Amino acid sequence: MVDDQVSIPILTDSDIVSARQQARELAKRFSFSSSELAGIAAAISELARNIVSYATQGTVNVSLIEEANKKGILVIVEDQGPGISDIPLAMQDGYSTSNSLGLGLPGVKRLMDSFEIQSEIGKGTTVIVKKWVLR
Amino acid sequence: MKVPILKQGNILIATIQSALTDNDLLSLQDNLAHQVIQYRSQGVVIDITELDVMDSFATRTLRNIANILKLRGAKTIIVGMQPDVAFAMVQLGLTLPDIKTARDLDEGLTLLK
Ligand SMILES: Nc1ncnc2c1ncn2[C@@H]1O[C@H](COP(=O)(O)OP(=O)(O)OP(=O)(O)O)[C@@H](O)[C@H]1O
Ligand SMILES: [Mg+2]
Repeated sequence: MVDDQVSIPILTDSDIVSARQQARELAKRFSFSSSELAGIAAAISELARNIVSYATQGTVNVSLIEEANKKGILVIVEDQGPGISDIPLAMQDGYSTSNSLGLGLPGVKRLMDSFEIQSEIGKGTTVIVKKWVLR
Repeated sequence: MKVPILKQGNILIATIQSALTDNDLLSLQDNLAHQVIQYRSQGVVIDITELDVMDSFATRTLRNIANILKLRGAKTIIVGMQPDVAFAMVQLGLTLPDIKTARDLDEGLTLLK
């Protein structure tokens, strides 16, 4: 049996590519449409890049889940970086401390069906997102 | 070079052939900036048919490339964006303002004529 879960350590920009590719491969086993697969890949790319940009290292965990006759993908992205002091601010379109577009976090929320973020200053950040297969 | 750049008359054609890391995108930016000067190119077509994701970094880099090339007197055309990739890009809130796009290489080259 093939594992229905992958865990990808994130340290460099090539890990970002490998995380989105492995997630896409895993998600293909459920009948996600190709545009949903592209959305999942884009969301993981944003979350993994935030690790490289702000937290230096962390992990992307992707698993296939089944719940009350629906199927989907669960992505948990965690780091032990500096944390985010004002989460509502970080979730605003256009807010960036690195002079970037500030669309990563709010964009991921739009792409996925559920979005949770926990962060503690000096301890790190965890983002948990889910996407269900449309039926 | 991860992204081959082909010279065709006064036009450069950069064809992305696999998933790119952030550093690959930055070297594409550098290479195009140099070659446009070196060959006095008037237009650059970037074929992104094989690009797996247009995330914030890729979008920002393509915008930078178009701005740099404009300052060096060359037009940039992005061709071949897959509908699924475009769909995710729009949901992320990403746009390519002021950059011309075309469906495929032929259409892109026509725009430069
Ligand atoms: N894992 C993280 N650790 C610490 N700070 C973070 C983390 N992720 C995001 N942030 C903070 O939240 C802000 C907003 O993040 P978001 O991804 O939305 O935008 P960005 O990374 O600045 O720009 P973009 O993603 O569009 O390139 C960041 O600028 C950064 O200050
Ligand atoms: Mg970001």
